[in-house]
Amino acid sequence: MNLLFQQVLNGLTLGSIYGLVALGLTLVYGILHIPNFAHGALYMVGAFASYYFMTDMGLHYWLAMLLSGVVVAALAVLSERLVFHPLRNAPPIHDKIAAIGILLFLEAVIQMLWGSDFRRMASPYNGILNFDGLIIPEQRLLIIVGAFTLMLALHLFLRRTMLGSTIIAMAQSREGAFLVGIDANRVAMLTFAISGMLAAFAATLYAPINLVYPAMGHLVIMKAFVIIVLGGMGSIPGAILGGMILGFAESFGGFYLSSDYKDIIAFSLLVVILSFRPTGLFAKGAH
Amino acid sequence: MHRLASLLSGRGSRLFLLACALVFPLLAKSEYQVYVMASAFIWAIAVYGLNIITGYCGQLNLAHGGFFAIGAYALAILTADHGWNFWPAFVAAALVAAAVGALVGLVSLRLKEHFFAIFTLCVGFIIYLLIDKWEELTHGAVGIRGIAAPDGLGLVDFSQTVPFYYLALAFLVLAIWFAGRLAASLLGRTFMAIRNGDALAQSLGIDLMRNKLLAFVLSTTYAGVAGALYASMIRFVGPEEANPNHTFDMITYLLVGGFGTLFGPLAGTVGIVWITQSLQFLEDYRMIIFGPLIVVLVIFMPRGVVGTFLGWKLRKDTEAARAKGPRAGAKVAPAKEANTNA
Amino acid sequence: MLKVENLTKMFGGLAAVHDVSVEFEARGINAIIGPNGAGKSTFFNLISGVHKPTSGRILIDGQDVSRMRCDQVARLGVGRTFQTTHLFEQATVLDNLIVGHRLRTRSGLWDVLVNSRRLQREERECRDKARAALDFVGLAHLENRVVLDISQEERKRVAFALALATEPKLVLLDEPAAGVNPEETEGLARLIRKMAEHGLTVCLIEHKMDMIMGLADKIMVLNYGEKIAEGTPAEIKADPTVIEAYLGSDHDAAA
Repeated sequence: MNLLFQQVLNGLTLGSIYGLVALGLTLVYGILHIPNFAHGALYMVGAFASYYFMTDMGLHYWLAMLLSGVVVAALAVLSERLVFHPLRNAPPIHDKIAAIGILLFLEAVIQMLWGSDFRRMASPYNGILNFDGLIIPEQRLLIIVGAFTLMLALHLFLRRTMLGSTIIAMAQSREGAFLVGIDANRVAMLTFAISGMLAAFAATLYAPINLVYPAMGHLVIMKAFVIIVLGGMGSIPGAILGGMILGFAESFGGFYLSSDYKDIIAFSLLVVILSFRPTGLFAKGAH
Repeated sequence: MHRLASLLSGRGSRLFLLACALVFPLLAKSEYQVYVMASAFIWAIAVYGLNIITGYCGQLNLAHGGFFAIGAYALAILTADHGWNFWPAFVAAALVAAAVGALVGLVSLRLKEHFFAIFTLCVGFIIYLLIDKWEELTHGAVGIRGIAAPDGLGLVDFSQTVPFYYLALAFLVLAIWFAGRLAASLLGRTFMAIRNGDALAQSLGIDLMRNKLLAFVLSTTYAGVAGALYASMIRFVGPEEANPNHTFDMITYLLVGGFGTLFGPLAGTVGIVWITQSLQFLEDYRMIIFGPLIVVLVIFMPRGVVGTFLGWKLRKDTEAARAKGPRAGAKVAPAKEANTNA
Repeated sequence: MLKVENLTKMFGGLAAVHDVSVEFEARGINAIIGPNGAGKSTFFNLISGVHKPTSGRILIDGQDVSRMRCDQVARLGVGRTFQTTHLFEQATVLDNLIVGHRLRTRSGLWDVLVNSRRLQREERECRDKARAALDFVGLAHLENRVVLDISQEERKRVAFALALATEPKLVLLDEPAAGVNPEETEGLARLIRKMAEHGLTVCLIEHKMDMIMGLADKIMVLNYGEKIAEGTPAEIKADPTVIEAYLGSDHDAAA
């Protein structure tokens, strides 16, 4: 019973993190149709920014997370302005290559500043809660609650505010959004800011139970891609649901099958899905 | 200036390039330089492969480094673990890369643009993970030592740097020769039609899957050959060979040289390998320069060094041709005017 | 020549084309008109094999093509142009056209490796065919010009030539005169007539009414995916259903 519960908890934790990262990726894809390969690097920068604010500047965990969110959001907006915006009419291969350029740059900069060592990030929440034999580490609970709070906040923002609804409108129809006078540039920048911020929050939440290192974004971004293919490119509920599916698949697969190969589960899932549905599982139109 | 241009792209310049490559070991300051050049040639072969699927056929393949590693590991496993002779193992390595390419291609090439890039990115990573984890086959993180050097059949000793250099050069020449023949042929034109757009290519009666698959298998075969040569030069392989960063390196080489050009892969690879070499202190941080370089090139010079040069030359040639035939020029002018009025 | 029987295409729950039956004669110029979203493009995509019909049949010279892939249909003799012309801008006009005849050739990888006679002969054929097509559309003098340097109307003609290089029996032209001025439209109309005179069956979608009325032998009118009328230009002009459903609702197109 307890073992099973641990796996569920593990799946929820992983699913929450994956969901957050995939959300940012799917938002950007929905608006600009760019598969942002640099998104994993933003996640990684988010972890290092928080690490810096905590260890070098002695700030509190929450404050560090907030500042990191701002830094990464700014970085994401900058990449939109300097790179993706000038390439909006270029052949489709170009923005992908440019995204890879950003990814390589960010990784190299971080590696130069901090080296490629693995680092541990302390968290004020190291305790373990014990509910009648069911053991829950505080940080894991924090991840799950934090992720769901963020998802709810994002949902409210997109559905209940004017600014948020412009994103939805543009995701549904670029031309339509243009006709009703939505400023496409502003929406693009806003979307990148949100996606960067979500990545930074996800990284800061997850870092205390994982490690911080320059290549930490690689696996995460690829899994996030698997998730948004699974959930339908550009679909928000799809990203959350897909994140959970993958989180549970890994948690149970790693436990019952082999922990060595648990990272391969995600990609095998992708291979299987795309073999049968070349446009993803919940793709809407033939695009 | 124009004369220089035709000199640079003519047959004479190719012979000149070949002559330079042939005397390079005699002029090099150290054996190390010869070694670096040989490794640049090997990477260039792989980049020629990438150019077939990505440059000519327009499909961004992000697993290319993985196929390079498959070629390297196939050779390593067959020669070091199973005691095969070099040349049979070499051919087998190319075939393994081709076969895995065919399998991956069958699934991935049905996917359009983004999906194909995402899928191959994941394939590249799967290859990396498999090599790292499948210890029974690949010896995991330890890697494989004792890989055979190319068999000189008692005539040459390819474990020496200079002979190996000429071997790598021979394969590079072969690779360029075939790429050139391909690009100029109907088959190459078919690939380029696909790059221009799936819908248009299909309306011209081009079977997308068949042609994309052929381009993909050719590209992975190139990667496999390059990987096998690489393993036989270094005589050691480890999971690092499959690091997706190698794919990104190769994309950078190709981008700098020029997508879909015949001499772009060579110019880009040799140029950047030497720049990196001369900036040794940058080795680990080269991406601080390469990253922004990729972005700047893709925005301002997406056709690379060779592509931009060829474009400039083509314009010059057609202008010269028009200046010679004033009648043709006069016929064109009214239509142009009418268009600007519209 | 082209016979369409009860053709229906559903996207999700919506019928983009619904129960359309029509027959186009060989060597004729046939136009498909209708308001935006009437299903004209879908109709073209069905004939050329981009979409598979939900039900119904498409027969070309008696052969059922409704289940065939795009490239197979093209090989049977259906050429087409698109609304926007995607040419390789950095190459010459002739270089863009050579691949047009590829579908009539058989050279493969082996021919490339050994530079076979067949490959050399087929490359010559493709080049000749491209020149002939370019000559047909009246642009022989442009063969060595870079596509980047030629005008919009010339690009349209190059796109025609590319379709013609496939040796089609039936050509589908999707808004051939979009984005060109009235004089050039007249020139393109003459070219389309020339195609029909040379034995091709032409089928076009167009919004420019005066062009259609002067050019077409037969017009089919689609509205909300259904055929509401077909006939000669004179019959269509006089048809009250068309006037009400189409011309009445879309003054711009009638003007």
